[in-house]
Amino acid sequence: MDSVLSPSDEHLYLPATVTRSAKILIAGHFGAGKTTLVGSVSEIKPLRTEELITEASTGIDDLAGLPGKTETTVAFDFGRRTLSPQLALYLFGTPGQNRFTPFWEHLFHGALGALILVDTRRLQDSDPVLGLFEERGLPFGVAVNEFEGAPRYARDEIRQALALDDDVVLTSCDARNEVSSIHALIAFIEYLHRSRRLEHLS
Amino acid sequence: MRGPRRDPDMVRAYVRTRGHSSPSRDGLTLTTLVRAADRPLHGLDVEALRVMRICRGPLSIAEIASLLDLPPTVALIVVSGLLDTGHLDSPAPAGQPDISVLEEVLNGLRALAVR
Repeated sequence: MDSVLSPSDEHLYLPATVTRSAKILIAGHFGAGKTTLVGSVSEIKPLRTEELITEASTGIDDLAGLPGKTETTVAFDFGRRTLSPQLALYLFGTPGQNRFTPFWEHLFHGALGALILVDTRRLQDSDPVLGLFEERGLPFGVAVNEFEGAPRYARDEIRQALALDDDVVLTSCDARNEVSSIHALIAFIEYLHRSRRLEHLS
Repeated sequence: MRGPRRDPDMVRAYVRTRGHSSPSRDGLTLTTLVRAADRPLHGLDVEALRVMRICRGPLSIAEIASLLDLPPTVALIVVSGLLDTGHLDSPAPAGQPDISVLEEVLNGLRALAVR
């Protein structure tokens, strides 16, 4: 258990010149391709970390005056890409659940925003994820992950189906492809930059 | 039904963090970068030593958590303590991103896309 890891062999350190980091959340429903996109862009083998979360549960226990507790493990994958000698970008695959725990606060804290991946075969599954970020006030953009065999729709149709405001950026990508994923991130960051959507941080 | 026994995971986390339940520093995030400072390690507990050993180069707190199999909230608390005692350095104060970070990210991504 207490084996000494040798990260110099197994894990790549950041260059010593890197002093700043930025974080983007990669969100989406189950199977939308979050982990795939993180892996395509990351320069390290994506890492996983888990947090055990204890929540008060609602249900039959409450009737007896004994509030029950449920325990769930929230796992997330993340990757890293060094973007300049000074800056490292972290991408966090973000599960669409457990939004009111301190753990979520850590995940959201300091994030530039969230890029939400959607699968056109399961558009309705994106509703809770979109709702989460709308409610939270964290800026988000949407990228259609173009799965093979998934129906292609015009952007306007997708925008309508997802009830997205006109100003929310909507792009597409193949999450398996590095350059395609990077282009989706560029579209998202350009959108944030255009709209200076950092008010949530101040 | 859950009995009155303590949850072993909660007890373990409590011990690992020496009873602290939240980081001693505000502004620490999972992406705060830290590295080991040149300070003697005696007196540090096992968890802190494991963190120090892995921080030979700059890493984010999230990477430390994952590499050491620590829950992220525990890693935040342990790192926070080590920053307080000067065993770890953070190359830049952990602040909220501003517009210049957006521009840096954008330039970096664009450079990757045209390679």
